[in-house]
Amino acid sequence: MINILIAILSTVGALAILFASIGILRMPDFYLRLSVTVKAATLGIGLFLLCTAILFPDISVTTKAIAISFFLILTTPVAAHMIGRAAYKSGTPKWKGTVLDDLEKDYKNREDLQGIAKPETPEDSTIDPKK
Amino acid sequence: MMKHFLMNLLLSFIWVALTGSMYYSNFLFGFLLGFFILWIMNRNEDDQRYFFRVPKIISFLFYFLYEMIAANLQVAYDVITPKYFFKPGIVKYPMKARTDLEINLLSTIISMTPGTLILDVSEDKTTLYIHVMYLKDKDQFIAQMENGIEKKLLELLR
Repeated sequence: MINILIAILSTVGALAILFASIGILRMPDFYLRLSVTVKAATLGIGLFLLCTAILFPDISVTTKAIAISFFLILTTPVAAHMIGRAAYKSGTPKWKGTVLDDLEKDYKNREDLQGIAKPETPEDSTIDPKK
Repeated sequence: MMKHFLMNLLLSFIWVALTGSMYYSNFLFGFLLGFFILWIMNRNEDDQRYFFRVPKIISFLFYFLYEMIAANLQVAYDVITPKYFFKPGIVKYPMKARTDLEINLLSTIISMTPGTLILDVSEDKTTLYIHVMYLKDKDQFIAQMENGIEKKLLELLR
């Protein structure tokens, strides 16, 4: 019974990580890549840790697994936020299908961001920043 | 509020010490037992918040897990099918959360839900800039966030 549960959970975790890595290849721009990768990878690692906690009935293993997943959930969004913010401020181009950008006009109104270099238009037309 | 939580912890440790087996299941059982004992003892007191908050926290965890799995499935479907279904956009979201703890928890939860990602918090801590993968309608998205996750979270914290 426990073996079947562990098999199901670890398969779902591995699939989540597989989809995240396919997502890195297939997504059209940086923000979508970041968006897909962070959550799916966290979910996958969380499921693997859950499997470990079920497989070993030892209390030290379970405690470590819970602590690791707690800190993972606590720190991953902060890292993703920082990476995304740095990418936006340094002018990473958006996909041409982007429908709405509220951040652009708010950044234009602020003086402290005027000095930051504007992005050069990329050569290939697949990634086209919408101006 | 805090007093009740500490009393509950103390009662569950006493239960663990008396039964003599330090397993999670045993600790949880002791916690539940202590919770009900405290509830019965404090029926006539004014401060009943703790006893409503613990079930709310548990139901919020399950709600969050459900949201996360459902959104993950949608993103996974979009990744493996050849056509792109998404309409990305950056939405300015005026939040009701005010203190640092509320903003931190809200942005963590939004970032952990697939399809949404925090890009920036404004200087005066009143708005979040959220990168959304499936943006059908801006006002609809804002209303959905306000009535769903943020309302449930602020109910817990306030």
